[in-house]
Amino acid sequence: MTKITYIEFDGTEHPVEVRNGLTVMEGAIKNNVPGIDADCGGACACATCHVYVDEAWREKTGTASAMEESMLDFAQNVQPNSRLSCQIKVTDALDGLIVRMPEEQH
Amino acid sequence: MSQGRVVILGAGHAGGSAAAALRHYGHEGPIVLVGEEPLLPYQRPPLSKAWLKGEVDEEELQLRPASFYAENDIAVRLGVRATRIDREAKQVAISDGEVLPYDRLIIATGARARRLALPGGEMARTLELRTAADAEMLKASIAPGKRLVIVGGGYVGLEVAASARALGAEATVVEREPRILARVACPLLSDFFTAYHRKHGVRFELDAFVEALEGESGQVTAARLNDGRRIACDVVLIGVGALPNQELAEDAGLPCDHGILVDEGARTIDPAVFAIGDVTRRPLPLYRRLFRLESVPNALEQAKQAAAAITGHKPPPHEVPWFWSDQYDLKLQIAGLPFDVEDLIVRGSPDSARFAVFHMKGNVIQAVEAVNSPAEFMGGKLLIGSQKPVSREKLADPSISMKEVAI
Repeated sequence: MTKITYIEFDGTEHPVEVRNGLTVMEGAIKNNVPGIDADCGGACACATCHVYVDEAWREKTGTASAMEESMLDFAQNVQPNSRLSCQIKVTDALDGLIVRMPEEQH
Repeated sequence: MSQGRVVILGAGHAGGSAAAALRHYGHEGPIVLVGEEPLLPYQRPPLSKAWLKGEVDEEELQLRPASFYAENDIAVRLGVRATRIDREAKQVAISDGEVLPYDRLIIATGARARRLALPGGEMARTLELRTAADAEMLKASIAPGKRLVIVGGGYVGLEVAASARALGAEATVVEREPRILARVACPLLSDFFTAYHRKHGVRFELDAFVEALEGESGQVTAARLNDGRRIACDVVLIGVGALPNQELAEDAGLPCDHGILVDEGARTIDPAVFAIGDVTRRPLPLYRRLFRLESVPNALEQAKQAAAAITGHKPPPHEVPWFWSDQYDLKLQIAGLPFDVEDLIVRGSPDSARFAVFHMKGNVIQAVEAVNSPAEFMGGKLLIGSQKPVSREKLADPSISMKEVAI
């Protein structure tokens, strides 16, 4: 299990344990963390699982694929550390990861 | 804060999301979610794709974990269905004999697979794909070397064909129209997908229909086409569209016309009764008409509309209808509906398996079909929503970014 802290837009923190192999998006859904909609269920089709990766974790979470990048280009309030959480796989290397959610996914 | 008792009929994507949205918007009263299937709300889209290929398990299919319903005090009644709605008494009878009173009712009964009255259609391994139970049977029938006949060249049929090929099974798609996806996509897209599937070994019988199924000992062994030819097979999947489960609403006197009629807030004519998801025929503000959408985004949007109306929360923003389909390494994303279209603009080339077809009304985009082109989908969706005129020259030129087109 890998510890991930999801921080809602209003600052509420949700420290949870996520099974390796799941995505950061699935980790939120399975632990009832609000703020990630994931309308398409992880098909990289909707950009409603947008998160901001904490600066300290940007390198370890890797870079967005061209497809993810294109989706993010048109998401709202995009920042350099924006990612689609359905595209980040949870591994031991991400133990302690911190992600923040935008105000809205739609 | 809303305090009343909300009963939700149907525990699919729409019903499950409505329950969650009610709590999210602060509803404090009891919520009862009634589902006919024995499962908690789950994702249907993977049934023809990742689930069929064994890439996800039952738990991963779930929309939310079981703990969600307990933590949010949502009573879930599975394996039962509503048999009658009494609007005067504000109560619903369910199949185990219980009567559930309500202050607000949300009908989310979805759609069912359209059946064909085929001679021989009652034989074993003649399947449809709507539920996890259907998918389980289909999965058990697809294996290397097995021969699958798919009746209907729509999205479900094509996604299953792609999954079957990935699993080493043979697949033949029989389509009554001269092209696949005839009701839902432009001819260019139909041609592209036909060619792509052929390249992966799928056979097509277009402009043809299955007249009867033949078999031995109650097991299907062949599909007989209208020209008399027989296609030998081990399993048949019928994928010829869906019908709304509107009978309960009709019997209760709620107006229906190819779906339960609702307004922009998912309301029926009864202020205490809402309807959401595949079962509804709803206004499309962008296109100024009524339409029955069968899609996850529609289910989610209407779930929020009903929950917002019940709790007094501000209504969710109008969304551009959108759809997606994954086949092989192709990601098809569609935004908008091709109403009032005058011509098409193609951006990119089908030969590269990366292109988008824009359906235009003058300089305004009405719909976009994007293959492996997420920027065209996202940018197109934005422009459809804003109805902002675009430069047709820039749109047709893939060397100019969609960002620049959208500005």
